[in-house]
Amino acid sequence: MKLVYLGVVLAPLIGSIIAGVFGKVIGRSGAHWAATLGVAISFVLSLITFNHVVLGGAPVFDETIYTWMVSDGFSFEVGFLVDNLTAMMMLVVTFVSLMVHIYTIGYMHDDPGYQRFFSYISLFTFSMLMLVMANNFLQLFFGWEAVGLVSYLLIGFWYKKETAIFANMKAFLVNRVGDFGFLLGIAAVLMYFGSLNYAEVFADAPSVANLTMEIIPGVEWNVMTVTCILLFIGAMGKSAQVPLHVWLPDSMEGPTPISALIHAATMVTAGIFMVARMSPMYELSVTALSVVLVIGAITALFMGFLGIIQNDIKRVVAYSTLSQLGYMTVALGASAYAAGLFHLMTHAFFKALLFLAAGSVIIAMHHEQDIRKMGGLKKYMPITYWCMMIGSLALIGFPGFSGFFSKDAIIEGVHASQIPGASFAYVCLVLGVFVTAFYSFRMFFLVFHGKERMDKHTKEHLHESPKVVTIPLILLAIPSIFIGLFAIGPLLFGDFFAKEIFVLPEHDVLAKIGESYTGVLGFMLHGMMTLPFWMALGGVLSAWFLYLKRPDLPAQIKQRFQFIYNILDKNYGFDIFNNAFFAAGSRGLGRLLWRKGDEKGIDGFMVNGSARAIGWISVRVRNLQTGYLYHYAFAMIVGLMLLLSWYLPW
Amino acid sequence: MTDLPFLSLVIWLPIIGGMIVLAAHNAGDNLVRWISLAISVLVFLVSIPLYTLFDTATHEMQFTETASWIPAFNISYALGVDGISMPLILLTTFFTVIVVIAGWEIIKDRVALYMASFLIMEGMMNGVFAALDGVLFYVFWEAMLVPMFLIIGIWGGADRIYATIKFFLYTFLGSVLLLVTLIYLYFQVGNFSILAFQDVQIGMTAQILIFLAMLLAFAVKIPMWPVHTWLPDAHVQAPTGGSIILAAIMLKLGAYGFLRFMVPIAPDASQELDWLIITLSLIAIVYISFVAIVQEDMKKLIAYSSIAHMGFATLGFFLVYGILENTGSTNGAALGIEGGLVQLISHGFISGAMFYCIGVMYDRMHSRRISDYGGVVNTMPVFAAFFVLFSMANTGLPGTSGFVGEFMVILSAFQSNFWIAFLAATTLIFGAAYTLWLIKRVIFGEIANENIAALKDVNRREIFILSVLAFLVLALGMYPDPLVEVMHSSVDHLVEQAVTSKL
Repeated sequence: MKLVYLGVVLAPLIGSIIAGVFGKVIGRSGAHWAATLGVAISFVLSLITFNHVVLGGAPVFDETIYTWMVSDGFSFEVGFLVDNLTAMMMLVVTFVSLMVHIYTIGYMHDDPGYQRFFSYISLFTFSMLMLVMANNFLQLFFGWEAVGLVSYLLIGFWYKKETAIFANMKAFLVNRVGDFGFLLGIAAVLMYFGSLNYAEVFADAPSVANLTMEIIPGVEWNVMTVTCILLFIGAMGKSAQVPLHVWLPDSMEGPTPISALIHAATMVTAGIFMVARMSPMYELSVTALSVVLVIGAITALFMGFLGIIQNDIKRVVAYSTLSQLGYMTVALGASAYAAGLFHLMTHAFFKALLFLAAGSVIIAMHHEQDIRKMGGLKKYMPITYWCMMIGSLALIGFPGFSGFFSKDAIIEGVHASQIPGASFAYVCLVLGVFVTAFYSFRMFFLVFHGKERMDKHTKEHLHESPKVVTIPLILLAIPSIFIGLFAIGPLLFGDFFAKEIFVLPEHDVLAKIGESYTGVLGFMLHGMMTLPFWMALGGVLSAWFLYLKRPDLPAQIKQRFQFIYNILDKNYGFDIFNNAFFAAGSRGLGRLLWRKGDEKGIDGFMVNGSARAIGWISVRVRNLQTGYLYHYAFAMIVGLMLLLSWYLPW
Repeated sequence: MTDLPFLSLVIWLPIIGGMIVLAAHNAGDNLVRWISLAISVLVFLVSIPLYTLFDTATHEMQFTETASWIPAFNISYALGVDGISMPLILLTTFFTVIVVIAGWEIIKDRVALYMASFLIMEGMMNGVFAALDGVLFYVFWEAMLVPMFLIIGIWGGADRIYATIKFFLYTFLGSVLLLVTLIYLYFQVGNFSILAFQDVQIGMTAQILIFLAMLLAFAVKIPMWPVHTWLPDAHVQAPTGGSIILAAIMLKLGAYGFLRFMVPIAPDASQELDWLIITLSLIAIVYISFVAIVQEDMKKLIAYSSIAHMGFATLGFFLVYGILENTGSTNGAALGIEGGLVQLISHGFISGAMFYCIGVMYDRMHSRRISDYGGVVNTMPVFAAFFVLFSMANTGLPGTSGFVGEFMVILSAFQSNFWIAFLAATTLIFGAAYTLWLIKRVIFGEIANENIAALKDVNRREIFILSVLAFLVLALGMYPDPLVEVMHSSVDHLVEQAVTSKL
């Protein structure tokens, strides 16, 4: 199987190199064939892996591919860990990636950077697979930063656009803040566990759980808590949790296919995957779990609010991604790791679907993204319409759709959790359901129903997107509906993650829910009797009322609550603060250190200063060299007198 | 084959070759170029057996050669390498080939003198790395300044005179103290053998003085804050080849001195004053990164980034005492030292490549001001791809060589003290900030002016150099073990020396 796993990883890499390096030689279709074929091979091999590992029940594969470096007795390796969790992630990543590759053929059809784009998305697939298949922290970090690099390249894909190249720099830097914590976390792991290999680290976790360290002298910190929080800072960057979420909305400057693949379905969920993978460590620190829980809850609700006021179709979906990532994070904090991963999977399908459907709308609208200028598109683009409908229903958690099962499991799990902050999180999540439903259907109604607000020229050219675009939509819509029905049993209440995820009995909220779980139908019925369902319904109805029934109301509400609107419009002031404090502050400090420290202090005072001092002294000394014989004779006599007076015994 | 005097060959072949090139200055520039290339390639090939025949199992000096030189003072011509110096020699012989090719059609004025300067300098730098005798070391150490002085002074920019004098005086100031120390040690030992220096018992006061004197000599070369201000000026004025050698090799000499002299000769003083080096290294990493962010000249920016990256090397070298104090064992110290050494090699590749890239743009635009650029990717897409790759390596992206050293040093620093690791790791953010902002302003965006619009993409010679460097940056990032492997014995021995008191 080792060859299969190597093939999974290398096929997209080779595809990427062919498309990137030989793009000019093989032409546009050559590039898309090379890249798509690479990912297709990877997908097929992932299917084989899934069959082998999950259905066939093969033992966990945990092997080194090669030893990257040995230093000081520490062995740093590149290796694969393939268990049920990995198999699931591989399947999700390669499937969504394949759909996006196919979709791209249509979406980027006229773009001059066509080959480059395929090269990048294949490279991304390689990096993401390296990340999820890692069996150690070094390779995890490699994948972690590599996906960040490709994300950087892709956000700035249209490099002539000033906003795009600003957004990609911002994305990379904010992610680096997270990686800064992540790297320190890895350093802590090496120090206290003596290894970077998952299996060895997890085996040692109980013995490290009670160690303490002093970061501030005199204050003892639990090692596990510090390590887990440092690692989680990395997850906050990658998975865009408050306050490191600021890069994700701006990342929408990139082409839509990558918003679907990277900034919705796969890369941004890397943080969720990582924390779930580290469950044997997180379980041992309630403090760390509590931090995860609260950060996630804040992200889930407050990023949702921002979705309400967006008018750019992609930004609405982007904020919904932020909010949904918050839900997944909350699940992790509540020790419902499986629920978080379940939501990760369903979200990957329905959010990729929503983004690609949004992209389909954008093509039809000639790259107009403002939903206020759309409306009534239903009759022009029926396939996109129904796909968007399915995606939205899955997103708001409508019973029966995939998102319902995963989201309901999270909310129920948090409800049952005893981790500090759980009741706060529960309130945030339930309110969040209303908000999600509201902004999703606000967008849906504004785009597909109501008055046709586009200009005449655009209207004349409106038509459904080509098959290469709609087929991926349909293929993504299928799991968006059905995957929840099939997966909930084994994933949450079965033993799918028995080996992969470790939960302390006292934290095991899913087991508690599982006690009353009788089957999919029962779960659905139960769901319809709980608060979240009615919140979702309320959200959809409010959106319908405000944007279809009484379209005059939103403007009045905005007028009335101008203050709140401004806060939301300014993204709670995060960007303003970051620009004024961090960006301008660093430049100011840099200028100060350069001009005052280096140029004035060191060069002006010390270096050129000593040159001046030497000059000054020599001018004075020169006065002694008068050339008059009697001056010299006088000096000699004085010297002689001094010597004599020193040596003569009085 | 194994009996050949490889070290003498890598020292004297280029020096004699340089003389030949000088003598052939009337033979036509093209012939001069080809002769120079042939010599540099030959020297590089001769240096390869140093790696392939290297015995990784011992920390003893290898490929040793000894002959009496000035018997009256027991000065000898003693050469030898261990796992610390051998990779640096290979780096030197490799980069000399690169600069010869890099200056091919760019240097039109006094070609023979230009090529000869680099060849002679190569021999001298190899001499510094291979010398096992204090006086021999010192002679090479000082003599090396002359060709560099000429390179900046003749082929440099407008302010080259100020820069050369600053460069010369700065480094000379440090060297004088080094000479005094060597003479003091001679009186303790009776000869100038560096290995004997390492073994002699010295009292604490003397150790502290030796440590400080050598610190000044080596810190200027590295350079460490606050004796770093000659470097940005020298780089800005130096021709591309000069910048490449300066960044890729010359800065390494100081760091090499730390490991060859300071730690083994004055271990107790090193333990006493390790906080000083660590503080200066962290200032280099944090302070200098901030200064780099606001630079308006590309070469200055990379020069400052060099200083910050060298901070990692010096930091890694002096973590051993903190680790010993914090954990009670030296476990993890070798990781830091090897990390520092990897950083030296990797920084050689990356900074060499970055300075070369800037040279490529300068040859076309005759400007290094960032504000004169913008949208280079539109007209030079191939070049832009390379530039982004090297920039990413400069930010320490995993998979490139820039990551390896920093990663090892940060991991090691954590074992010593959380806050040291914390401050060192800020490079992830600030290093990315100044590098990415540079890319954004120079490479991306709309075509900024008609000069950019008229740019021609890199030619085959340039692509060759960029590809070779890119390959090395990636290869070392993907598989650093072949490099790290040769260091183990020597570094383990060094750690032992570092914690063995001489009092």
